[in-house]
Amino acid sequence: MSALLDVADLHLAFGGVKAVDGLSFQVHEAEIVSVIGPNGAGKTSAFNCITGFYRATSGAITIAGTDVTRLRPSAVAARGVSRTFQNVRLFGDLPVLDNVRAGTHLWLRQNVFDALLHTPRYRRTEQVATDEAHRWLDFVGLRADRTGPARALPYGEQRRVEIARALARHPKLLLLDEPAAGLNHNEKLELLELIRRIRDLGIAIVLIEHDMGLVMEVSQRVVVLNFGREIADGSPEAVRRDPAVIEAYLGSDDEPAAETGDHEPATATGDGERPTETRDGERVAETGDGEPSGEIDREAGADA
Amino acid sequence: MTTTKTVQPPKPPAGGGGLGNAAKTVLRSRWIGPVGLFLGAIAPILIATPYAMNVMTSALIFVMLAVGLNIVVGQCGLLDLGYAAFFAVGAYTSGILATRLHWPLLATIPAVIVVTVLAGIVVGGPTLRLRSDYLAIVTLGFGEIIRVTANNLSITGGPEGIYGIPSLSVAGVDLSNSVVFYYVVLVIVAAAVLGANRLIRSRLGRAWRFIREDEDAAEAMGVHTYRVKMAAYIAGAVWGGLAGVLFGAQLSAISPASFTFLQSALVLMAVVLGGMGSTPGVVIGALFVTMLPEALRGLSDYRYFAFGALLIIVMVLRPQGLWPARTREPARTARRSATFDGEVRIR
Amino acid sequence: MTQIIWNGLFVGSFYALVALGYSMVYGIMKLLNFAHGDLYMLGAFIGFALLTSFSGFTATLSLVALLVVLLLSMVGTGLAGVAIERIAYRPLRSAPRLSLLITAVGASFALEYGMRIIAGPNPQVYPVRLGGSSVHVLGARIGVAQLVLIGVAIALMVTLNAMVMRSRQGRAMRAIALDPVAARLMGVDVNRVIAMAFFIGSALAGAAGVMAGSYYGSINFLMGFIIGLKAFTAAVIGGIGSFKGAMLGGVVLGLLESFGTHFLGGQWRDVFAFAFLILFLTVRPTGLLGERVTERV
Repeated sequence: MSALLDVADLHLAFGGVKAVDGLSFQVHEAEIVSVIGPNGAGKTSAFNCITGFYRATSGAITIAGTDVTRLRPSAVAARGVSRTFQNVRLFGDLPVLDNVRAGTHLWLRQNVFDALLHTPRYRRTEQVATDEAHRWLDFVGLRADRTGPARALPYGEQRRVEIARALARHPKLLLLDEPAAGLNHNEKLELLELIRRIRDLGIAIVLIEHDMGLVMEVSQRVVVLNFGREIADGSPEAVRRDPAVIEAYLGSDDEPAAETGDHEPATATGDGERPTETRDGERVAETGDGEPSGEIDREAGADA
Repeated sequence: MTTTKTVQPPKPPAGGGGLGNAAKTVLRSRWIGPVGLFLGAIAPILIATPYAMNVMTSALIFVMLAVGLNIVVGQCGLLDLGYAAFFAVGAYTSGILATRLHWPLLATIPAVIVVTVLAGIVVGGPTLRLRSDYLAIVTLGFGEIIRVTANNLSITGGPEGIYGIPSLSVAGVDLSNSVVFYYVVLVIVAAAVLGANRLIRSRLGRAWRFIREDEDAAEAMGVHTYRVKMAAYIAGAVWGGLAGVLFGAQLSAISPASFTFLQSALVLMAVVLGGMGSTPGVVIGALFVTMLPEALRGLSDYRYFAFGALLIIVMVLRPQGLWPARTREPARTARRSATFDGEVRIR
Repeated sequence: MTQIIWNGLFVGSFYALVALGYSMVYGIMKLLNFAHGDLYMLGAFIGFALLTSFSGFTATLSLVALLVVLLLSMVGTGLAGVAIERIAYRPLRSAPRLSLLITAVGASFALEYGMRIIAGPNPQVYPVRLGGSSVHVLGARIGVAQLVLIGVAIALMVTLNAMVMRSRQGRAMRAIALDPVAARLMGVDVNRVIAMAFFIGSALAGAAGVMAGSYYGSINFLMGFIIGLKAFTAAVIGGIGSFKGAMLGGVVLGLLESFGTHFLGGQWRDVFAFAFLILFLTVRPTGLLGERVTERV
């Protein structure tokens, strides 16, 4: 079976800083793959390359056989890729429903005359968009009011809306950037189950996550990055036992080192990721959830 | 969220909340257009002096400008400071065709649309790729280019401009009587307002707002932000150009002095003051900006200063404007269809 | 030919002076201060007011007196710039960019028409008029006054550059330009530094205003509009946010206009300049000396 997503020898450099340094991995249909690594290992940069937000310095990204390396983000989305952002990025002033309707933009067509004359197609597509929005909000289990502005929702609910928006695109591949960051224990359990349900729809998922319990529980395969380089790729069990991974995460056997990065060389590459992208998100990620190094052996902590 | 496909009870979207509330909602959404049109239609019955008709006609043309600029600024979040340029392009294109080539004014409209679209592409093409503040200043420069060009070319009549633009006539019937012309303008402007509002409520209009709210997220959802911004810019250009045709028909003469930065700034003022993004707000803002100076004629020295100060005050104290755009979706559009089954499908 | 170049350099030094402030404020706050051109106008009027009141005391104005007027006008304009920042921009620093741009337009409007209320709509004749003797160099007629003005402009720019590159305040400015949050965390008083930048930038514009008034002899309340646009054009050509770029851009724009005027006629000068701006933005939006932004599609 050919791969849905094929990342081949991806490099990304900002000036002299190598954010991604020779990353290769594949994702197949309906597969859940996690990308893990210490902060600043280049995970989000890799995501941004795949989705077209950064242009790779070299290497190739292929989606279902089409080369997307040089495409703009909207064109990558048109090839069946959806994503969420590390620090939730909704259309804050717009109603929740409109946020999810954004997902229908690519496959629900109207022309200017439909809009001006309110043709039957206009009415039909508007209703489809609304139904679709409700459908995915139901699917992610949004309990809050859907007609109010998205920014009025609590953080956890905003994350759900963002996932619903990505799903309304009807993607073949969904990239989730730290979906568990800032969620409480129950919300994480629900997220775990949601990710599985998404996979059951036939959608492949690539997950960046710091919560090792979640990663180990949900992934079929785990790709581990450090300094922008891939250091392991395999089943959760294999990765957990991999000496290189343990080394990267634990450094010495000093747990917090990996998390705060105070004496962890990994933070040197932290500057490689664009500050605007990481400033909020990474902080939330660090304070909002468990320590990666602490949970790597606490297997499936979320499920306990 | 524990059960998958059984999450159903399609709870009616909240928003009813009492009869008074419901009445308010209806008034805000459905009936505001017809009510406004009705008020516009009976206005000449109340005062029909030529002066009043003139002021009211100008106000309507200004409404059209404001609604067009609202697409660019209020919906798409792009600051256009040279909007009067499109107004000028429309007025001059139709004026030149009507006076030099003796086309009937109505026949110039397709040409005006073509020319304004081209102008929109020429200005927007390079700048819409850049940061939005570059657009602001480039449009400012474009406004000057158009004005100075009109001032210097012989075909545009130089500083004196173009005289003797025929008024609108349909099938040989002259519509130049000030009251008749007012009603013609009222109908056209009403159609323009309705049209803009319908664009705003379509897939394209949503994409404009996505860009305004978060360009990256919009791009990630497949919105080709460059093209969609271009569409907003061109729509604004066409609205401005058509308003220019009406302007020429009303005054029968145009000159570069009518298309200064001051004019652009006043339209922006109307959009900001009324409430960016909200169609009724922008219409009211436009009426306010045109009518208020008439009411305060004695203070004319102070009015532009007051406008400038007001722009700052509104932005600092009440950025949403006098009549803000709604952030809550009306129940009418949030309703699920009768056949809604809750089944999730990936096409 | 040499005359065209000289004219270009002379006008370009004015553009550079105004563009510098534009660029500095943009570099720090990422704000296009539309009111910047109007501060140039304000400077010209403050200078006008000072000169008119001084001329009652002294029969002839010495060069020293003129310099004093220049400095006082700079201080006045600088303070006005600080006041505008405080009233119109600071409350909106965390608001959407569009709001800031709109208040900037409002500030520009308020300055222009506020001045119209004070000074009236008609042009005012400057009480001093620099003119007089000139020298011929390589076929170009070079006014002594022009030389003095260029000298002053260069001195001001060099002083500013030295300040920003060497001093503590200057370092703080550059720190804020790079990352305002980090700068604040490192103990930089962001408000103070931004006020400082506004003061310096506005003072430079004010100086240019006084110089233009005393050279061209006539001022009016809308004189800042076009120069503001030109200064922006110069800043973009040089690479907005870059000091040397603003100076280079000013000179380049001055020369371009000078040649444009020569070949196309004076009435097309502004069209030529702005069309060039649009073209330039298409080809090289980061400017001649601007840093390449990380490639972001």
